[in-house]
Amino acid sequence: MISAAQARHADVVVIGAGLAGLTAATRLAEAGLRVLVVAKGLGSLRLAPATIDILGYEPGLVGDPRGALPGFVAAHPEHPYALVTPQLLDDSVQWLKEHVDFCAYVGDPGTNMLLPTAIGVPRPSAVVPETMASGDVRSSVSLVIAGLRELKDFHPALAAENLQAASAAAGRDVSARPVLLNAPVGSEVDLSSLALARRFEDPAFREAVAAQLRAAVRDEQAIGVPAVLGLGQVAPVWSALQESVGRPVFEIPTIPPSVPGFRLASALQDRLRRAGGRLLLGAAVTGPELRNGDLAGVRVQSAARQSARTCRWVVLATGGLASGGIDVDLSLRARESALGLPVSGPGPGAAAFLPGYFDAHPIGTIGLRVDKALRPVGASGEPVHSNVLAAGAVIAGARPWQEKSGNGISLATGYLAADLILEEAG
Amino acid sequence: MTDEHGPDLMRASLDHCVKCTICESACPVAAVTPLFPGPKYVGPQAERFRTHDPSVDASLDYCSGCGICTLVCPQGVHVAEINAHARAAMKRERGMPLRDHLLARSGLEGKLGTPVAPLANLVLSNRRVRELTERFIGIHAEAPLPKFAGHTFQRWARRRPAAAGQQQVVYFHGCSTNYFEPGLGRMTVAVLEHNGYSVLVPPQDCCGLPLQSNGIFGTARSYVRRLVAHLAPYARDGYKIVATSTSCGLMLKREAIEILGIPDEDLAVVSRQTYDICEFLAELDAEGMLATDFGPVPMTVTYHAPCQQQGHNMGKPALDLLGQIPELTVIELDRACCGIAGTYGLKREKYDIAMKVGSGLFGDIRAEAPDLAVCDSETCRWQISHGTGVRSVHPVEILHRAYGLK
Repeated sequence: MISAAQARHADVVVIGAGLAGLTAATRLAEAGLRVLVVAKGLGSLRLAPATIDILGYEPGLVGDPRGALPGFVAAHPEHPYALVTPQLLDDSVQWLKEHVDFCAYVGDPGTNMLLPTAIGVPRPSAVVPETMASGDVRSSVSLVIAGLRELKDFHPALAAENLQAASAAAGRDVSARPVLLNAPVGSEVDLSSLALARRFEDPAFREAVAAQLRAAVRDEQAIGVPAVLGLGQVAPVWSALQESVGRPVFEIPTIPPSVPGFRLASALQDRLRRAGGRLLLGAAVTGPELRNGDLAGVRVQSAARQSARTCRWVVLATGGLASGGIDVDLSLRARESALGLPVSGPGPGAAAFLPGYFDAHPIGTIGLRVDKALRPVGASGEPVHSNVLAAGAVIAGARPWQEKSGNGISLATGYLAADLILEEAG
Repeated sequence: MTDEHGPDLMRASLDHCVKCTICESACPVAAVTPLFPGPKYVGPQAERFRTHDPSVDASLDYCSGCGICTLVCPQGVHVAEINAHARAAMKRERGMPLRDHLLARSGLEGKLGTPVAPLANLVLSNRRVRELTERFIGIHAEAPLPKFAGHTFQRWARRRPAAAGQQQVVYFHGCSTNYFEPGLGRMTVAVLEHNGYSVLVPPQDCCGLPLQSNGIFGTARSYVRRLVAHLAPYARDGYKIVATSTSCGLMLKREAIEILGIPDEDLAVVSRQTYDICEFLAELDAEGMLATDFGPVPMTVTYHAPCQQQGHNMGKPALDLLGQIPELTVIELDRACCGIAGTYGLKREKYDIAMKVGSGLFGDIRAEAPDLAVCDSETCRWQISHGTGVRSVHPVEILHRAYGLK
């Protein structure tokens, strides 16, 4: 039961509903704190493959992310991973595994698998949904890559050919044969991955696809399919399909909408709600609520008015440049969009971009500099507010799309933010 | 302020669309029918082709207008508002069934049905009549229509001596409370009075929301202006205006500005002063001013926050209020929509879609087997009762009970 006059006061306001925000919020709510997540919209977690990529490239391919981290951090002392110990990384992964129930998450931070993408790139990732794991192409393997004609953004021929070529170039013997199936959807010609995922929960639909797969497979060891094997009923759909085909089946993430991302985000939101945490959606945070110079909460834009949501701590998990957590205008003036915290990155006049598309552009590491307790700091190195912690992609110093480190950083720092607050809350 | 928030700004927001598909993945209608390709497709994508010929694709008509796309968009694109305009333009071009004109005038129906309520209710619950209505008018025979109360809340309020309160608040009750659920209005007055307010009930008419959601913008604007003329004098004097119809409250707060684009100072001041009843009470609570002498209500209830309530972007204040009631178990449900979306689910060609949209919610409610299903919006309550057989009530009814009010 809520006591009077506390109903609108939270212990913690978490800004952002991506992996970092949901991890921090759910942990804190489960520990008994009153948590309010304020989010402008649903986060990019729903657009991404939902694998926990810890460290894929440094820039060479990484086989053991946990083992590689000390050297990587030594070479990049400003990287968010400098805030994270190997133990904490393991703990955060374990926490995630215990909080996902639609299927198991398998793997460990000490080993990268190599899983095919939709364009056939063997992508390093450490902790993944079990529905993807048998696509590991680290050792010799022969595969079928099966597409569905109605899913126009997944081309098995492209994936198979690239996968073979990329594997051969790296000295791995991988064969991949494309097949194209027909989804039994009547006159519909263009379905999104999400729509197909819902259909796969219908046993008759699934069986009709399975029959085509059985007919198409020769002596290949495993079958790759686009990641559309169910939305809520993932493990049963995947198991039934494997059983029916008599071969391991693995999911390959598609371009957005990402079904695996949808599943993970929904599962975490559900956990948050069951732990008593609240989600205030569609509301942008417009600034800090300051009382006597201290941050006492955040200002929230609702319909027709702004209001204050008071709290003891704020976890800022709004994402980086790509998610709008950091706003950059045309003259490269950057601002942190929710609380107006100082941003570390190339300022006006500084070189933000290099000539090559895949170069390490200076603007890529833009974000907030934080202290050991995840508190954003100003130019002096002192925390701006004693009770604001940053987590996830808003922290400066990483190049997640080149390092393949995004979800690892978000999970670990989200987990750490909760740790730090729980320690202080006693 | 109107210029800053009006339809031009809504349309301009489509430049922020990065085609990320988060709205598509959250759309409750696209999830259940291939007839609606999703909010991104009919919205920011199709909008690029609406420069000369506004209507590029009739599938837009299957948008229920629930607004979830706008709610979940991480880029701040006003998808639902853009689509509301495009739908209205399409209906202007292609003509509108008489049915939509009828459904859009709930206030008129209330006025006509109230004096002859027993007869009207009898006729409207007659199976044969409903079948004929479906066939000739296009209102589905199974769709949940409310019953006329036979007396109006306005009449009760006019005859009632105003209670002396420390402060005064204006009650915007809306058509459904006036004609169909006057009991909710009486409970709202009692709850506000219990909190030390005397409640003013100025004359008021329909806010125009059903007209707007059916694309009849011109009449909707005149309805809003008429309503706002009643409320603006109070708003200018600093009175807060509380609404129990969460969708009609949102009309005043946001939609009349953002969708209808009414450049009206009266509307602007009314908008700023309008509160959803639970928002109002939760703010009292935050100030330590809420009466918290709640008696035990030994019940289990589910709570569904309807789409239009979520459109207030204020979270779920009902949970903060109900959470204070001893012995009351509140189960928060997490489903996007019940399907009805105002008048959408009443229409012959959309009834099945609406029921499919709501099926997840209905299943969750039936699984919890609650004593009551709490929900802030009237049409959603009627749909929930229709879909589950569980009586659905406004949160105020639970507060009323907890305060031990008569």
